Amino acid sequence: MKKMGNHNSISRKIVFSLAFMLTFSFTSFSQATPPATDAAATAPAAAAPAATTGGDPVAGKALFNSNCAACHALDKKMTGPALRGVSAKYDMAWIYKWVNNSSALIKSGDAKAVKVFEEFNKSPMTSFPTLTTADVDNIIAYTSEKKAEPPVGMTVDDKGLKADNAGGISNDVILGALALVMFMLVIMLFFVNNVLTKVAKVNGIEVAPKEASLPIWKAFAKNQFLVLVASIFLLLSSGYFVYSWMMQVGVDQDYAPIQPIHYSHRIHAGSNGIDCKYCHSAARVSKNAGIPSLNVCMNCHKNISEVADTTATPEHTKAFYDGEIQKLYDAVGWDKATQKYTGKTKPVKWVRIHNLPDFAYFNHSQHVTVAGIECQKCHGPVQEYEIQKQFAPLTMGWCIKCHRETDVKMEGNAYYTKIHEELSKKYGVDKLTAAQMGGLECGKCHY
Amino acid sequence: MSSNKKYWKSVEELNENSSIVETLRNNEFVEAIPTDEFLSDKDSLSSSSTTRRDFLKYVGFSTAAATLAACEGPVHKSIPYVLQPEQIIPGVADYFATSMFDGFDFANLLVKTREGRPIKIENNTIAGAKFTANARVHASVLSLYDSMRLKVTKVGQKEASWAAADLKIKASLAEAKAKGGQVVLLTNTLASPSTEKLIAEFIAQNPTAKHVVYDSVSESAALDAFEAVYGERALVDYDFSKANTIVSIGADFLGDWQGGGFDSGYAQGRVPQKGKMSKHFQFEANMTLSGAAADQRVPMTVANQKLALVKIYNVITGSSVSTGKVANEDAVTKAAQQLKAAGSKGLLVSGIQDKNAQLLVLAINQALSSEAFSTVGTRQIRKGSDAKVAQLLTDMTAGSVHTLIMSGVNPVYTLANGKAFAEGLKKVKLSVAFSLKEDETAALTNIAVPAPHYLESWNDLMLTKGTYSLVQPTIRPLFSSKQFQEGLLSWNGNGTAYYDYIKANSAVYLNGLTWNKAVHDGVSVGATSATAGGSADYSTAANALAQSKPANGFELVLYTKTGLGDGQQANNPWLQEFPDPITRVSWDNYITVSKADADKKGLTNEIVANGGLNGSYATVKVGDTSITAPVIVQPGQAVGTIGLALGYGKKAALKEDMQVGVNAYALYNNFNNVQSATLTKADGEHEFACVQSQKTLMGRGDIIKETTLTVFTAKFDEPEVWNPSPMVSLDHKEVKATSVDLWESFDRSVGHHFNLSIDLNSCTGCGACVIACHAENNVPVVGKSEVRRSRDMHWLRIDRYYSSEETFAGDNKKKKEFDGLFGEKGSLGGFGDMESPADNPQVVFQPVMCQHCNHAPCETVCPVAATSHGRQGQNQMAYNRCVGTRYCANNCPYKVRRFNWFLYSNNEEFDFHMNDDLGRMVLNPDVNVRSRGVMEKCSMCIQKTQLTILTAKREGREVAVEEFQTACSSACTTGAMVFGDVNNKESKVAKLAEDKRMYHLLESVGTKPNVFYHVKVRNT
Repeated sequence: MKKMGNHNSISRKIVFSLAFMLTFSFTSFSQATPPATDAAATAPAAAAPAATTGGDPVAGKALFNSNCAACHALDKKMTGPALRGVSAKYDMAWIYKWVNNSSALIKSGDAKAVKVFEEFNKSPMTSFPTLTTADVDNIIAYTSEKKAEPPVGMTVDDKGLKADNAGGISNDVILGALALVMFMLVIMLFFVNNVLTKVAKVNGIEVAPKEASLPIWKAFAKNQFLVLVASIFLLLSSGYFVYSWMMQVGVDQDYAPIQPIHYSHRIHAGSNGIDCKYCHSAARVSKNAGIPSLNVCMNCHKNISEVADTTATPEHTKAFYDGEIQKLYDAVGWDKATQKYTGKTKPVKWVRIHNLPDFAYFNHSQHVTVAGIECQKCHGPVQEYEIQKQFAPLTMGWCIKCHRETDVKMEGNAYYTKIHEELSKKYGVDKLTAAQMGGLECGKCHY
Repeated sequence: MSSNKKYWKSVEELNENSSIVETLRNNEFVEAIPTDEFLSDKDSLSSSSTTRRDFLKYVGFSTAAATLAACEGPVHKSIPYVLQPEQIIPGVADYFATSMFDGFDFANLLVKTREGRPIKIENNTIAGAKFTANARVHASVLSLYDSMRLKVTKVGQKEASWAAADLKIKASLAEAKAKGGQVVLLTNTLASPSTEKLIAEFIAQNPTAKHVVYDSVSESAALDAFEAVYGERALVDYDFSKANTIVSIGADFLGDWQGGGFDSGYAQGRVPQKGKMSKHFQFEANMTLSGAAADQRVPMTVANQKLALVKIYNVITGSSVSTGKVANEDAVTKAAQQLKAAGSKGLLVSGIQDKNAQLLVLAINQALSSEAFSTVGTRQIRKGSDAKVAQLLTDMTAGSVHTLIMSGVNPVYTLANGKAFAEGLKKVKLSVAFSLKEDETAALTNIAVPAPHYLESWNDLMLTKGTYSLVQPTIRPLFSSKQFQEGLLSWNGNGTAYYDYIKANSAVYLNGLTWNKAVHDGVSVGATSATAGGSADYSTAANALAQSKPANGFELVLYTKTGLGDGQQANNPWLQEFPDPITRVSWDNYITVSKADADKKGLTNEIVANGGLNGSYATVKVGDTSITAPVIVQPGQAVGTIGLALGYGKKAALKEDMQVGVNAYALYNNFNNVQSATLTKADGEHEFACVQSQKTLMGRGDIIKETTLTVFTAKFDEPEVWNPSPMVSLDHKEVKATSVDLWESFDRSVGHHFNLSIDLNSCTGCGACVIACHAENNVPVVGKSEVRRSRDMHWLRIDRYYSSEETFAGDNKKKKEFDGLFGEKGSLGGFGDMESPADNPQVVFQPVMCQHCNHAPCETVCPVAATSHGRQGQNQMAYNRCVGTRYCANNCPYKVRRFNWFLYSNNEEFDFHMNDDLGRMVLNPDVNVRSRGVMEKCSMCIQKTQLTILTAKREGREVAVEEFQTACSSACTTGAMVFGDVNNKESKVAKLAEDKRMYHLLESVGTKPNVFYHVKVRNT
């Protein structure tokens, strides 16, 4: 026995050292990759052409983004004309005048000014008397930069790979390594066993033949007590599984249907940090959070007809996202070219994700406005969802659990002043849960 | 223990030699089972490709597949607005002030809309909004979603465009102008300044045109009388709150008399304050709501009523017109004397359709200088002239009407000689009807134009002189309808929209309000002066009236029922299923007959084995027209009179289930509601849908507590005398039943505690609360046969009880004096007697809904805890938890729980509003639509109380004092129902709970309800 123990410890040592070696070598690999991608990512930036006019394009970009971007883009007609290369079309003096007071210029009857004014639906450009000529120079410098060629796919792909490296793949590699180790262990055991048998043979030790013992299942079948216990255990455990399976019937947690327009909460709420209640404004006052009407989308998308290059992901290309925005335009009847509504609308038939049964009453405003609960509490990290899904099970137990645990936000709400005083005296607590306020009564949600 | 008993099947077995016994012994089945026949068919068995095993496989597979498929949830689509209207937030209700007048009913309203669809009618409570909604107005929101409405313009019964119809009409008008043909605009009373102006312009352009106003239920007599005296065709807007002594001669002013809407004023004087309340005498033929509310009611034929009126005229004015013998002379004299004593605090009203009688009413009120009688702000809601309508009919028959344009009228149905009108229509060159439905008239006209519902259109109204109300749309027109006024504008060559036309005309009426403010408020009140009152030859009128002779045979008194009114909304299932407050019969009209006359004619009413009410048929014959209708034996019906309700028996544009009753308009000769008729028994029995078979209270004074004003005033500080608490024995001592308790009470001092107060003194039984409850709580309609089986779903019912003796006090006394089982005072016979109401009983109404007992018997018996109690006092019902054992209903002492025997929505068997997409638009999205097999009941409008609380929380404030409302309490305009939080000591309901008149229903049961009543006090 002692001998065996020794052998055992040897093999263990081998396994550990192998595993250690493998993991270590892997980590060093993974550390080696990032700099390469970084280098690739920075490459296009360096390749950008230098400014051609006197201004500072970097300062110009900042100015452009804060003052002009609402109505102008570099390469695309929006409310106003595309501005790239504008300095080639007009002389600088004219541009200064135009920027400082465009309407005066139009009034003066300047032919160019009137033409632009006519072309863009006679919507006058805001005057910027505060912009100095230097500022305008800077902006023009920015607009005169050559169009950056889209970095050939690589960067994006690398980025995606990098993200994956950090998560899924490394785990797989570790697992693979472990499997390898185990396999080697088995082989080694086989060899060790061979060696030992040979050693025994050489030493002339007889290995006693095994007695043909009763097969284990027969022994088991003979022991009635064991059979009884086992069958009870089997019944109970299968009952448990059947019950758990039945309880998930009608629970649509993680339900993520394909929507008619691929709307990404990740981009809107996550990357752009738009407040949930900007679009779901009804959540503040109504029982429904409300799917935003398309005119709400158009508040921003009038000007955003395509996504930034950096928005694209390995799964979804820029072209895909732009196509989805186009779907919105088709639905709302917006003609991108003329910047006008055509009047032909086609309401979007979203697939409803959260389907609370009719017999349960839920009011968003109660939870959002009165209780001040974050949307994410029930809807999950929506800002990370590329495709919206049902985060919570929406079962009654889930509701009740929260009502039992959550303290009601009473501070500063005159409605609660009196009732809080009386109830805290009654229950001898300072904070009251929704349950103590009567939030578990059937009739509060079922009527 | 073995038994030697022998069982035998028939006497045949006694005969040992019987062949039958022998055969039976050998054959297990009397009739041979055709197994051989089946199995011997070898061909088909062998040719079948499906083996038994395959068959079982298919069964197994399909069952499993169906089970698995059932686990998948359906996919729901959500479609947001493309451009969301600014004021619409999904899930939040919007309210719009509007007004309605359909030629019969009128009210100032607040319409609740959800997601742009009106779902509920509320009363406009802004100052100046005077007229509140009755049951029919509450139900009118459902009539908007009537699937049988006329949807497109029809020319010659074929669908056409409005433009085509308009061209035709214009051509016809031009032709009439050229040839001098008569053009007639036949409308209901419009009471709309703009429409009247449009009509005036129309007549100016078409010199051959005239405007005939036609009220289906005429008030011509009162209008003629008022016109004769005051020179204005209008009705007096009586203020009953200013009257201490009210004498009504055949006027059901709590019903539809002169348009109705007097109940809130009347109720103000009916609650005893400082020992005072008004005194009300009622002389009438049919039992009406007013008669039921009266302190003293005298059944009287209309002929006698006329004499009584003269008699009162004599007493008040000191004249001495000889009347001969007047029935019930004592009562009449007593009423007259008290009226005279009341002086300016007295008021006399009459519903006799006789100009002379109406002149006397004016004379008496003038002589009293009654404060309640004022010619300021007269009612403009009836203008119809019987004479002009009769003239039109003559013209039409003579063929001298060229173009007839109708709006809001259905003369083929509502005229006694509707057939003549239909014939006349054929002789008219072009007939046009603007109508909500393709009704009897619209089906016969050349052009039928779908008129918009009042909830879809703009209009202005002048209901009373000086009060300008606006009608605004609350939804886009559902169909391609065209308003009559738009037609007029088109024919006048006026290019403006009707909205702009009203707006342009409104300046005079807005009294300084801006247009937007007026639309927001719905009304604008201006100062008006009294119409200068002339005089008339009253004594001639009195003399003429004194000559009136009793009718030969029976006096048929035609009336309108609280449910259907003039019958415009006959396709409204809420109204059809609404039980008449007096007879408690739904889905029917019937001949009401007094007990004495019924006995004489052999007419009976009986409750049959299934609990339904059956009645004999009888034939009423007026002139040459006869109608066979079922009979209801009506306590309090004056002997020699019979009653029959108008508004039923409609067939056109009605769902099959709604085509109930008989058309009594056929007997409405000369627009007189009193006809002399003969009554004969007809064959057969009618099955009524009556929701209350128990007529009397059987002396159970703890259900309805009553006392007289004398006792109430004298013993005000000893409520035990007139409001006794039930006593029980505890430790051999008599203690109040309420002090003994099986249960421990919860602490209800914290938070809200809702109570509902019902004052039996102010409840007139009008039923507005019942319909409001239907609308708010999605109460299903179950249909006539189900109601007959006592399966009505009404969450709120208004029980009506008759006294068996002359008074309820008499009943109580009789019951107390029972001694033993048999004999003179035996309880056995005594109780039997008490089951039948008196000939002229006292009547009392009691609204009963779930009493929300703090110690609820229903809660303790529910095996699945589906019904439980909330801290705020509401007895809650979780439908999704209910398994339908019905234990709760059996254990409820108030019988207010309703069981869904069927699925009432989306079910062809119940073809009412919940069965079509249009009708379902009226459903309240905040309340569940219950499915089959669950119990339901009044929730004390928990959705409303919760919303009130939530609004306060959101706004960070306390709930305002009278902010809590239920559907019934906000619909109650008499102040009988008051809802609120008793923990808020400022609230009305908290004060009412402390009132000495307060009592609980069946207090002895110890249920501690959260609904309480107030002892009825009668000023006898």
